[in-house]
Amino acid sequence: MASEIQTSINHEFVVELKECAKLLTEKLQSNQFEDASILIQTITQSRDRHIFQSVGRLTRGLHDAIVNFNVDADLSKEPPKIQNSDIHDASNRLNYVIELTQKAAEKTMDMVDEAAPIAMNLGQEATSLRDEWARLKRREMSLDEFRLLYDRMDNFLGQMVTGTEQLSKNLQDIVLEQGFQDLTGQVLKRVIGLINEVEKDLVSLVRIAGQVEEITGITDDPEKNAHDMEVMNKRKTEAEGPQINKERSDVVAGQDEVDDLLSSLGF
Amino acid sequence: MKILIVDDFSTMRRIIKNLLRDLGFSNTHEADDGVTALPMLKNGDFQFLVTDWNMPGMTGIDLLKAVRADEKLRTLPVLMVTAEAKRDQIIEAAQAGVNGYVVKPFTAQALKEKIEKIFDRVG
Repeated sequence: MASEIQTSINHEFVVELKECAKLLTEKLQSNQFEDASILIQTITQSRDRHIFQSVGRLTRGLHDAIVNFNVDADLSKEPPKIQNSDIHDASNRLNYVIELTQKAAEKTMDMVDEAAPIAMNLGQEATSLRDEWARLKRREMSLDEFRLLYDRMDNFLGQMVTGTEQLSKNLQDIVLEQGFQDLTGQVLKRVIGLINEVEKDLVSLVRIAGQVEEITGITDDPEKNAHDMEVMNKRKTEAEGPQINKERSDVVAGQDEVDDLLSSLGF
Repeated sequence: MKILIVDDFSTMRRIIKNLLRDLGFSNTHEADDGVTALPMLKNGDFQFLVTDWNMPGMTGIDLLKAVRADEKLRTLPVLMVTAEAKRDQIIEAAQAGVNGYVVKPFTAQALKEKIEKIFDRVG
C-alpha cells in the first residue's frame, strides 16, 4: 500500500538525518567548519527532496483514488464539470430508491384508502342486519318488515361477494407492491460497496498525509483547531435524519425518552 | 380547525393527513418546506402547525423560530413530527417554543395523545 511505502521512505530519511547529524557533530568538534557547512547543505537538500517525494506520492495516491471512482470530468470548466463517476452513478441509484419507495408507499395507501370504506360499509350493514335478525328470532317482526329484511339480506350477500373480492384484490396488490424491497435492497448494497471503497482510499490518503506532516514538522494550527471545534458544536443540533444506532448517548431511544426529556425541561 | 402540514415527503404528509382526518380534523393544507409554509401561515388563518425538522430550503426548526418571531403567528401551536432524535435537538426545539415533539416512526396513538395534550393546554 502507498502508506506503507511512505513509512519506509520516512524511515530512510530519518536514518540519513541521524548519520548526517553524527558526522556534523564530529566535524564541528574537530573545527572543520567548511565540511560542516557542506553537510548542513546536504541535510537541507535531503529534506527538500523528501518533501517533494512525499507530496508526489500523495498526489499519486489521490490520482489513484480518483481513477478508482471512475471520475470522468471536464477540467477545462470552472468548477470542473463531472460528466460521469461512480459517485454520480450512486446518486442516480439512490434517487431511484427514493422514487421506488415513494411509488410503493403511494400505491399501498391508495389501496388502503379504496378498501377502508368497503370494509366499513360491510361492517355497518352487517351490524344493522344482525339487530333486525335478532328481532326476527324474537318474533317481533311483521310480515311486511320481514319481506323488507328478506330483500336487504339478499342485497347484502351480493355486496359481501363483490366487496370481499375487492378487498382480497387490494390486499394482494399491497403484497405485490412490497417487491420494491428486493429492488431497492440490491441498489443499496451496491452503493454501500462503493462507499466502503471510497472510505478505504480516503483512509489511505489520510495516513500518507499524516506521515508527511510528521516528518516535515508541520504542526497543529490553533486557528484551525478552533474552527474544528466550532464545526463540532454546530453538528450537535444539525439535522441527521433517522438514528440507526440507538445506543448513542446523545440520542433518545424513542417517544418515551422524548417525553421524559421534555418533562424534565418543564413541559 | 385549519391545519398546515409541512414535510418534504408527500407520503409522510399523506399519512399525517389521514391520521388527522381520523381524529376529526379534515381542513388540512400542505407545504413541502419552511419557505413555502411561512407565507401560507402569514396569509391564512391557520390554527395549528405540524412540521418536520429536516427539509431542504428552510428547516422545521427555522420555521418554528420564524413563527415565534412573527407578531401575528407567535402563539400558533406547533407540533414537531420528525426523525431527528438527538437530545440537543429536542432541547433546542423546546427552547424555541415547540408545543409537542413526536419522533418518527410514530404510532397513531402517540400522534393523537400529543395533539390532544396541546389542545388541552391551549384551550
